[in-house]
Amino acid sequence: MSKQSQHWEKTRGLLIMTLAIWFVFSIGIFLFGAEMNEVTGPFGYPLTYWFTCQGSLGIFVILIFWFANRQEKIDEEFGFSERGDD
Amino acid sequence: MIKGNFIDNLPKVYGIYTGGFLGFIIIMSIAEQMGMTAKTIGICFVAFTVAIYAIIGYLSRTAQADAYYVAGRQVPTVFNGMATAADWMSGASFVAMAGGIYFKGYGYMALLVGWTGGYVLVASLLAPYLRKFGCYTVPDFIGTRYGGNLTRFLAVVVLTVASFTYVTAQINATGTIASVALDIPFQYAVYVGLVSILLCSMLGGMRGVTWTQVAQYIVLIIAYLLPVFWISNKMGAGFFPHFMLADEVSRIAELEAQFGFVKNSAENLKEVPKGLAGITKAHSAVNATPWAFISLALAMMMGTASLPHVMMRYFTTPSVKAARKSVGWSLFFIFLLYSSAPMLATLSKLSLIDPSLPTGIIGKSITDVQAIDWYQNWNQANLMFVSDFNGNGTLELNEFFMGGKAVVLATPEIAGLPYVISGLVAAGGMAAAMSTADGLILAIANAISHDVYYKIIDPKAETAKRLVVARVLLVVIGFAGATIAAMEIQGILGSVIWAFDFAMSGLFFPLVLGVWWKRANREGAIAGMALGLISGAGYLIWVRTGGSGFLGITQLTFGIFGSAVSLVAMVVVSLITSEPSAATQRMVDEVRIPSGRSIIGKQ
Repeated sequence: MSKQSQHWEKTRGLLIMTLAIWFVFSIGIFLFGAEMNEVTGPFGYPLTYWFTCQGSLGIFVILIFWFANRQEKIDEEFGFSERGDD
Repeated sequence: MIKGNFIDNLPKVYGIYTGGFLGFIIIMSIAEQMGMTAKTIGICFVAFTVAIYAIIGYLSRTAQADAYYVAGRQVPTVFNGMATAADWMSGASFVAMAGGIYFKGYGYMALLVGWTGGYVLVASLLAPYLRKFGCYTVPDFIGTRYGGNLTRFLAVVVLTVASFTYVTAQINATGTIASVALDIPFQYAVYVGLVSILLCSMLGGMRGVTWTQVAQYIVLIIAYLLPVFWISNKMGAGFFPHFMLADEVSRIAELEAQFGFVKNSAENLKEVPKGLAGITKAHSAVNATPWAFISLALAMMMGTASLPHVMMRYFTTPSVKAARKSVGWSLFFIFLLYSSAPMLATLSKLSLIDPSLPTGIIGKSITDVQAIDWYQNWNQANLMFVSDFNGNGTLELNEFFMGGKAVVLATPEIAGLPYVISGLVAAGGMAAAMSTADGLILAIANAISHDVYYKIIDPKAETAKRLVVARVLLVVIGFAGATIAAMEIQGILGSVIWAFDFAMSGLFFPLVLGVWWKRANREGAIAGMALGLISGAGYLIWVRTGGSGFLGITQLTFGIFGSAVSLVAMVVVSLITSEPSAATQRMVDEVRIPSGRSIIGKQ
């Protein structure tokens, strides 16, 4: 049972980290949308505009794959990963 | 016919399919050169693609509950990602999103962030755990985790309210496209759309829907990206628009400053046909308050994580691990379209308003504009309108009006692309609307047949009988949706956004806390679902009937209020009632680890 609660502890830690990054790019930066838009972002687009078109969206894609890999590592560490492949 | 072997051959099967579709496009463009009429091309595109989906639907027929409800739980990660992307991207995403960006700019783009950011919540909070649970439907999870028929029933109610709001919009969209492409009246076209939708799902249930959705994704993504790249190249804006439109974006800002946003008088606006709008908001500047942006994005994100037709796609993966990865692939495939919509909006706007481009109409004389072929076509379709308000004979920015759909539908023609592209776009829009409608109708019908009929009314029903009930419900719900769609009550996008708010009001916290808070119990879940849905719906009605609202929560974000009530009610009621039984707590522990048998399979 303690192995299980350790596993859950780590899983929760990963969740908090994932949600923190999610929060920054879905909510946090848009608190400063007007100020940020004065800056030139990647490919020459205004920065806030770029985040709404591509930046935040792309970061979410990467974030999910990163999260999935980390969670798999945690599951393996405690021997809770599934047998067989996907 | 479609068995193990088929799964191994998926890349090959869909590779051939994609090649075949590209071949079809080429054949059509040759036919166009040889004089085939625009109308025939439109009919060919829609009829050909719908026929393919129907064949796939027929080949996927099944008599097994597991295949009907969760596609046999053997859909590989990447293909499930494609199917989810098609399931997710509705007719509204396809036809109306670029238009929304075109007219409303930054304030609207909160939807892009919201409709993608929600997947982070899906991946981290819910999908893998619900997959481990081994349920057939979302209410199945609620009913088993919290226990009791009332919880199950309430979950079905929330699911039905949210999905039904959404599905009428989708059937409406299939009807619109079918009526334009096949040139039949909308009232009949709606039912043509409905029959096409049912052909995909009726025989094979989730299995049929899965394999048609993959096929529909391929059509819709080709239909969206090909014109964007083509137009960009034709305009000389850059061969890869996503990375190369910075100059165009700043050119639009420059023109906006030059023209100014002149406000039209109410009297002048009366002349403008209903549903058309002028450019009144800056293209790339921040034109909404932080809270307006954030609240809309937040509502869409939490709604995404509560919409059952998306969640149930992750019940079809072979493992928990695959469910997580599959969410990533889903978002990747969605990203391909969503990141292109702002580019299309930019190209479309610049091509129309830049006087130095051959296609630009602002600054030209009104009579010249009215003589342009494409203007006449789209004016007749009630999607474009110009009027000389100030009487100077020249078209000003504030004198040009367009429907939101026109950005996707008309831009290829304005840019001078062959008609074959317009036919392709019609097929893409049809695919987008059909795939979402299928997922939604199936979600409702499965919840009622599995959770209400099988689990509550007749637990001893045999599989054959259950599947008959499921199919009858599918048809009944489809017809109900089509009938309401035929009445044309709300616009496409309004009802889509409401669906997210309804779903998050009633389901977000009962789902999330079911996994993440062991102490959550039946009484809490009942309070959370019932009060969440009632307060959310109440707020919507209040604002719609002239209420002022509070905290800047509008009729588009009422789910924020509903879900807040749901959270408070659920926590308070859970804490003042007794904690869940030891068996339930053990069940939650089991859900939290990927290995071992699924919860429902055990019973």
